[in-house]
Amino acid sequence: MTAEAVATGGDDPAMEGRFKRELVALIPHLRAFARTLTGDQASADDLAQDALMKAWDARASYQMGTNMKAWTFMILRNQFYSEKRRSWRQTQLDQDAAERTLVAVDDPQAPVALDELRLGLGMLPPEQREALILVGAGGFAYEEAAEICGCAVGTVKSRVSRARRALQGILETGAYDRDGRSAGDAMNSIMAEAEHLGQSR
Amino acid sequence: MMSQNQGGRSLERRNAKAKAEDESVEAAKRAPRRALDEARLRQQAIGVKLRQMFDRVVNEPVPDEFLAILRRVDDRAQGRDDS
Repeated sequence: MTAEAVATGGDDPAMEGRFKRELVALIPHLRAFARTLTGDQASADDLAQDALMKAWDARASYQMGTNMKAWTFMILRNQFYSEKRRSWRQTQLDQDAAERTLVAVDDPQAPVALDELRLGLGMLPPEQREALILVGAGGFAYEEAAEICGCAVGTVKSRVSRARRALQGILETGAYDRDGRSAGDAMNSIMAEAEHLGQSR
Repeated sequence: MMSQNQGGRSLERRNAKAKAEDESVEAAKRAPRRALDEARLRQQAIGVKLRQMFDRVVNEPVPDEFLAILRRVDDRAQGRDDS
């Protein structure tokens, strides 16, 4: 067997076809991951489409039979951060995203509870948000989420638990329901509280 | 040395005091436990909603732009074969 034949993509039409079928089946999951990460449909679909193209272009580096969902999620995640890196400090509240999602709450057709959750997610630091989404909704084990995020398993566990506490705090205090500025202030105090609880545990 | 009677009384007192302490400790334990149960329930509710939110997007029909990306890839492959 030649080296080219082992590669997923290249010029092997059978392998390329199989890769493409599996990739198509993952599109709904990539969209959902992007949507929950960004909290807004238009930028989420842009992100998911970019990730889809990147995954296709990188097909030669994918090993058939390994976890393709985790592989594509990693690509989407890296794309998300490379776009955001310029304007985001990792642990800082993304004020823009919070304000964007606060505007989106005016959609009268969306059920209130899910809107609150989306707004709350938008206020979490991105690395906590992604950990919670991967483990809490994406169906990934802590070990897989750690691989996707490129960090230690223990780090994922602590991010998930901090995200859960913070999200609960946001939903209970209604911090998502304020204007951007005071929502940011409320968020900072909730995060500080979550940190404190985390340390004293 | 303590008389039998005194010893009995002080034992009783000690027991009563210990019982009262136990009860107040239990009561103090029950309150946070109830709060913990509530917190756990709220966490479960958030978890359910989070999965709902995710699954709702998973179940949406895929917009055509996504499939168009892979069709363009096919066209490129055709072009490659023709050349």
